[in-house]
Amino acid sequence: MKTILKIISYCALAATVVPSSLVYTGTIELELHKTIMLVGMIVWFLTAPFWMDRKNTA
Amino acid sequence: MTEESKLKAPDDPEQDAVGSILSVGEEFERESVPQSHLKGLRSFIGMYAGEHAAGTEFMIGPLFVAHGVTAFDLLVGLLLGNLLAVLSWRFMTAPIATRVRQTMYYQLERICGYKLVSLYNLANGLMFCFLAGAMVSVSATAVGIPFNMTMPGLNDWLPNSVGWIIAVVAVGLVIGIIAAKGYESVAHFANIAAPWMVLVFLACGIAALPELGVHSLGDFWQIAKERIWTGSVVRTPPKFTFWHVVFFAWFCNLAMHVGMADLSIFRFAKKARYGYASAAGMYVGHYMAWIAAALLYALQLQKDPTNETVAPGPMAVNIAGLAGAVCVVVAGWTTANPTIYRAGLAFQILFKKWSRFRVTLLAGALATVGAIFPALVMKLLDFVALYGLILMPMGAVIFIDYWVFPKIGLKRFFAEVAQLNFNWAAGVAWIVSLMICLFLNLYFGIQIFFLSLPGWFIAAILHLTISKYIQRNHQIPGETI
Repeated sequence: MKTILKIISYCALAATVVPSSLVYTGTIELELHKTIMLVGMIVWFLTAPFWMDRKNTA
Repeated sequence: MTEESKLKAPDDPEQDAVGSILSVGEEFERESVPQSHLKGLRSFIGMYAGEHAAGTEFMIGPLFVAHGVTAFDLLVGLLLGNLLAVLSWRFMTAPIATRVRQTMYYQLERICGYKLVSLYNLANGLMFCFLAGAMVSVSATAVGIPFNMTMPGLNDWLPNSVGWIIAVVAVGLVIGIIAAKGYESVAHFANIAAPWMVLVFLACGIAALPELGVHSLGDFWQIAKERIWTGSVVRTPPKFTFWHVVFFAWFCNLAMHVGMADLSIFRFAKKARYGYASAAGMYVGHYMAWIAAALLYALQLQKDPTNETVAPGPMAVNIAGLAGAVCVVVAGWTTANPTIYRAGLAFQILFKKWSRFRVTLLAGALATVGAIFPALVMKLLDFVALYGLILMPMGAVIFIDYWVFPKIGLKRFFAEVAQLNFNWAAGVAWIVSLMICLFLNLYFGIQIFFLSLPGWFIAAILHLTISKYIQRNHQIPGETI
């Protein structure tokens, strides 16, 4: 379960930074990039707390 | 769990001490860190990378543009300045930290005495409050967006709208109360937010490039010179040169390296060469993030040349949408929160009968009052330089005490040895070196960014010579003449 959450979190981080490269190459528009970043942010904060720094929440 | 994440767990006081300089008082407060509690390199890399991607980075990059720096001066000056900062951590802070393995405050108390170190704490606490105030301002620029708030101007000293005051007070109140309740939960949140924030900075920079006209790597240098760091328009004086950039990048964390505050961090390092870990903070936070933030400001100016205000919220929203706004709020909040908490700890020495909750609220209130005045954040470069300058002389005192005193027959940690509450040698070195720096500024026009270098040598020489006189004439308890 933790591994799956980690993979989802890393995908969320990718969703934060990869779209900007696609904007740079002209593959996507800036507005779509903003939307993907927003989704990436939500997914990151929903999943990362479950595996990152877990000792903290104990 | 990785070693790094273990180290950042705030319910483990020793581990947290590495994860944040906040917790220096939590464990091994008055003793050397034992070998069994030393930490690996990765812990320090993670800590520095996280600590130096803060809300204020959104201000600093644009302010370089506003000061009319050229592309070469900025890009090369930052490389050199950050290198000097890393070398300062490596060769000034880390060697003493890994030999003595005590907090900066404890070492300073042993050298200066309790009363003088309390004065230092007061100065430190006030500086922390104003630094936190700048971070509150940064967050407020994002919080005010939905209310169409008028952002303060680049050269505004006083608040320019009721909306700004309301936004600042609201943000300051929330941050102050959370800090007063304890920083653990925010520290945990900050650890989670850190990698995401770094990537948002990076994404903002990359996405801004085509908007500025950069469509290939080959375009970058031309656009950088013509549209980003043109060097031709000075929106706020003074005009920055290569040396301004070098000295600012070197000294913006002066209190931490040359000022020795990070003795409290590197006392946990196995080896002095872990000082190089600070490069993670310098080249992620103080290079990539500053450049990315500068691109956002350049884009704003390209769209509307009359809009010269540095408001991180709208700048980030422009290129990253809601995620950008959240990043600005989170970056300001997660760094202001521990800063207010640290200020509260520093003030607690003065208000011994007050609870930590009450004294931290006081620190939060001071930060909020400071944040109401846009000058604090719009003149952030000057304030950061002042912050380092005021605390730097005590770093010189520690450096001379450790390396030079034994070689010339003087006693280390003289306040402890002679049972002094106030070591006048260190006290005079601190105050007089600052007065000389003020004199150099007022009568010779040396700008604040360049004062700390001569100031360090002045403080060192004063501490050395006055200590020689005092130690020769002071009867140490228990010693016969």
